[in-house]
Amino acid sequence: MTAASAGSVTTGKAPGRRLFGGSARKDARRRIGENPLIPYLFIAPHFIIFAIFILYPFFLGIWISVHDSSSLRDGPFVGFNQFLKVLNPSSIHFPRFWNAVWNTILFVFMSVPLLVGVGLFLATLLNQKLRGRNVFRAIYFVPWTLSVAVVGLTWWWMFNSNAGFIPLALKAVFGQSPNFLASNPWAWFTILISTLWWTIGFNTIIFLAGLQAISADLYEAASVDGANRWQQFKSITLPSLRPILLLVVTLQILASFQLVGQPQIITGGGPPSALGGETAPVLLHIYQTGFEGRREHSFAAAMALVVAAMMIVVSVINFRLFSSERS
Amino acid sequence: MTSALEQGLAKDQPTDLTLVGRRRGSGSRLGLIVLLVAIAVFFILPLALVLSASLKFQSEVFTDTSFIPRDPGLENYEALFSGNAEFVRWFMNSAIVAVVGTTLVLMLTSLSAYAFARIDFPLKGPLFGLLIVTLLLPGVMFLVPQVKIVGALGLYDSLPALMLPGLAGVFGLFFLRQFFLGLPLELEEAAYVDGANRLRTFVSVALPLALPALATLAVITFLAFWNDYLWPLIICQEQCTLPPGLKSLQRQFTGDPGLVMAGAVVAAIPVLLLYLVLQRYIVQSVASSGIKG
Repeated sequence: MTAASAGSVTTGKAPGRRLFGGSARKDARRRIGENPLIPYLFIAPHFIIFAIFILYPFFLGIWISVHDSSSLRDGPFVGFNQFLKVLNPSSIHFPRFWNAVWNTILFVFMSVPLLVGVGLFLATLLNQKLRGRNVFRAIYFVPWTLSVAVVGLTWWWMFNSNAGFIPLALKAVFGQSPNFLASNPWAWFTILISTLWWTIGFNTIIFLAGLQAISADLYEAASVDGANRWQQFKSITLPSLRPILLLVVTLQILASFQLVGQPQIITGGGPPSALGGETAPVLLHIYQTGFEGRREHSFAAAMALVVAAMMIVVSVINFRLFSSERS
Repeated sequence: MTSALEQGLAKDQPTDLTLVGRRRGSGSRLGLIVLLVAIAVFFILPLALVLSASLKFQSEVFTDTSFIPRDPGLENYEALFSGNAEFVRWFMNSAIVAVVGTTLVLMLTSLSAYAFARIDFPLKGPLFGLLIVTLLLPGVMFLVPQVKIVGALGLYDSLPALMLPGLAGVFGLFFLRQFFLGLPLELEEAAYVDGANRLRTFVSVALPLALPALATLAVITFLAFWNDYLWPLIICQEQCTLPPGLKSLQRQFTGDPGLVMAGAVVAAIPVLLLYLVLQRYIVQSVASSGIKG
């Protein structure tokens, strides 16, 4: 959601201007004799909560990250020490943090092509004249409405080694089944499948809206020229979808970067490793550092800022791609 | 790009390729339907299996692996609702947080969005820019300071703590402002001429016109509150909602998956019912908010 809105910010004013511009009509936005405080009273209820829970935390987060605080005490100023814990290779915290970052990046690289590709495929299937296509679309979207806790428990049970559906089915067919939750690559597989099941409906409906906007005339012209289906897909569908593809890829990268609930519930971050788990993503590491055990708030806040910086860089790169796409 | 997408969304019809000489033979049509059904099974089967497990009591989940339980019963649900005071509290908290939170979000953001869309005032531009910029910032960087603030306000482990960060969100404000900007001015001007003040104009003219957008925002906000996982997990001890509750249920009853699955079903049913009733509408609103957001 984030990167896409950046584009709208700059153009956000245009419709308003057009509504009011030029005419001799009385401008409803300025009223003679109106108390000038009124607009501030309109925005105040939301803005006060915004100021306390978003604006102030932005600065407080930076302040916490240069101190040494836990849940028990507000510690002294320590400069960039919290950041050096994860940026200095000789620090004992370095390997564990970067292992978690690496796990996250691994998940991004596995999940983004999968979720974008399958989403496009499902949208193509649904973009056909067919009775009941809306029923299929509705079914594919069902898991998106669920909490990650429900999604996690569902697949934790599906892969349960004693009585889960998938191990049982594999044993019935092949006589054996891997222990999905305790060994890789199977543990990653469970996280990927659960994420696909949970969120693919979103990508699918965005792609479907994009496909529906492509004019049939283009396909007609191509087919008159003798282009086959694959050529049509390559020369018409993909170029027309390019901006939407970029949108979905950006949203998917940011969403995948924030992976936390699926491994926390399905694999517990395991299989265990000396570096804190083979499927433990960085958000889980931050959660465990800041909100479990010793609750090292400052260290967690510093790591969160490092991760946020990475996500912003990714957004900016994608946003650049968007802008060049538009011009 | 956005407008093209919106067209596709509004049209809600496949690109008609039957004129293009791509009419399929009945064989490949059947193949397509088989494929679509198989994919539908992939989406439904896990939920059906969760429901099935929830109807098997204690060791039955391991001894009776059939899809239709041999001895189905609601023992797990009874255990949760009559034997587990915690679970009942999670359920009630989820309901309160989702209903009250959604109502408050609608009130706060519609008021603010209306002012930003319809009234000129000093600092309007910078204030709006400030609000919007925060949409670009990753949520992870707010977690620790928000916890500190909740603690400083004495709200740790309370219902308001579960709602407040959601109430501060800016997405709804942005979404509603766009909608207000697209409404015609004439009716509000007429009300002004008739002597209605700003609040009156807002409540009796603009809000009724904005009902479709408010409904969209209500559905998305309700789902967001009901399904929220990480924030309540961080902030709650006793006063939890269902998603973090399910996680502690899983930890306490690892050996009793039937009971845990019953908990998952209880958390899923309200949103599934909502979806069943408003299905087409939810799909449209998620798509349009995804595009606009």
